[in-house]
Amino acid sequence: MSASLLRLDGVGVRLGGREILDDVSFSIEAGEFTGLIGPNGAGKTTLLRVILGLQPVTHGSVLIDGAPRAARDASIGYVPQKLSIEPDMPLRVRDVVSLGVDGNKFGIRLPSRARREIVDDMLTAVGAQRYANARVGELSGGEQQRVMIAHALISRPRLLLLDEPLANLDISSEQGIVSVLARLARAERIAVLLSAHDMNPLMPVMDRIVYVAAGRVAVGRTDEVVQPEVLSRLYGQHVDVIRVHGRILVVAAPQGPTGSEEVEGIDDEQAPAEGADEQAPVEGASVVR
Amino acid sequence: MLRYLFEPGFFGSGPVHVALAVGTVIALTSAVVGVFTVTRGQSFAGHALADIGTTGGSGAFLIGVNQFWGYLAFGAGAAAIMELIGIQRRRGRDVATGVVLGAGLGLAALFLYLGTQYSSTTGASFTLLFGSMFVITSSTVPILITSALLALATVVVLARVLLLTSLSPDIAAARGVPVRAVGAAYLMALAVSVALSAVIIGAVLSTALLIGPAATALRVAKGPVRAMAVAAGIGVAATWLGIVLAYDSFYWPPAHRGWPVSFFVVTLIVGCYLVTYLRPRRERQDVVRQAPDTEQVCSPA
Repeated sequence: MSASLLRLDGVGVRLGGREILDDVSFSIEAGEFTGLIGPNGAGKTTLLRVILGLQPVTHGSVLIDGAPRAARDASIGYVPQKLSIEPDMPLRVRDVVSLGVDGNKFGIRLPSRARREIVDDMLTAVGAQRYANARVGELSGGEQQRVMIAHALISRPRLLLLDEPLANLDISSEQGIVSVLARLARAERIAVLLSAHDMNPLMPVMDRIVYVAAGRVAVGRTDEVVQPEVLSRLYGQHVDVIRVHGRILVVAAPQGPTGSEEVEGIDDEQAPAEGADEQAPVEGASVVR
Repeated sequence: MLRYLFEPGFFGSGPVHVALAVGTVIALTSAVVGVFTVTRGQSFAGHALADIGTTGGSGAFLIGVNQFWGYLAFGAGAAAIMELIGIQRRRGRDVATGVVLGAGLGLAALFLYLGTQYSSTTGASFTLLFGSMFVITSSTVPILITSALLALATVVVLARVLLLTSLSPDIAAARGVPVRAVGAAYLMALAVSVALSAVIIGAVLSTALLIGPAATALRVAKGPVRAMAVAAGIGVAATWLGIVLAYDSFYWPPAHRGWPVSFFVVTLIVGCYLVTYLRPRRERQDVVRQAPDTEQVCSPA
């Protein structure tokens, strides 16, 4: 049996005496689209940083093709959480994508037509060719995400990690990003691991789900994982899974008389009125917008 | 017409030749290094290195060593301390810079005071603070030019890595860039470049040559290569014109003794920067924005 593209084995991360990740194990195969879902603060970003080698683990191992990842390995592409790029940063969209090819190398590179063509092709593939010559700091959030996806994909990774690429996007940008990702990943057999606090925009494209809560994970097909028993065990308290018009809401029952015992990471504004007979939304709450 | 610009004897003057040669190389280096200083948000660090250079320069003057070595030793030392205290983090960077800066300027005050006590010339402290391209001794010229080319080469070799790190340090680290070592190497190139500018336009003004052309270039050029080219052009042009005007000013009132060349260089650079504000900032015309189709998405399923 050949080794998985990515395999995490009993990964634990402890930072400042706090357990951020606890016994996380899962694997990802080539070409799979995996959603890394969980509330804010659950450990999604830490998990992605562990895979990238930016965060040392306290225990466990991370294997790429069955071996520890070598430095400067181009097999993983990475789109970090929203960047703050000043408008005066002297990088046009095409410069950013070009840095995806060899921004990690020293020395001078002379401009070439071949380079220009692969950059143009990549920009067209993600639908960013209209603003190829604009400064990247002047773009909207959704436009920047497309550019950063192009930046990550142009080095031809086999695994693409994206940290909350849909956060703070309007609905049409959100759908645009998801469909671009799904199309390119399928065409190039690139495995995608995408973190999000709302799983609903990913439902049409997600092959598997890694659900993170309180530093632990549940892994499997969406319909296996997103079950009240599985998620209640993960959260360590009772949660319900509500399916509405094909969309999923994970909600916690209020605990105690104040109803304020929320599952970590939920948005306060979405919490129910005090003592209400309703349930507090945990995740997927954005479907009500 | 040119006869009015170049006063008699300009092209035959030895100090002018030295000033033009050294000034060109240093202005070029400062401008290119400066593009990354502004992009990395280290302008304050650059300014601090310049002010600490004053300490080194005044110390060197006191013990009778060429001031460039003073600028360089103190600048490089301060850069190393700033790196150790934590220049990587934005806030730590400002704090570290401020602390080192305060200590340096205190020493500079002492050295300058002692210097005037022993030598009773105010000219030396003036040269130290505000520079003079016409008093560079020809024996230091090869050292200055070599140092400038080393700093320039360092930044050119690191250019892509520095840009990737400015875009996202995490992406750079994930792709195997030794982010911290690259930052330290850059900071050293910055220290050298600031020390060199201190020689030609003075320790206090040396950031003008570093930040001014770069800041102007970032307002008019979109991509990195063009920004470096524009910055270099502005820096070199301002230096040349500054030298010409300073030479001419020997014929000017009030004393017919010439105005300081630094005044002209800095004024020309600031003038360039201000001119970019006269031009309305380009709107993005290359993007046809599509209104999000909210009707369809928000309607209940």
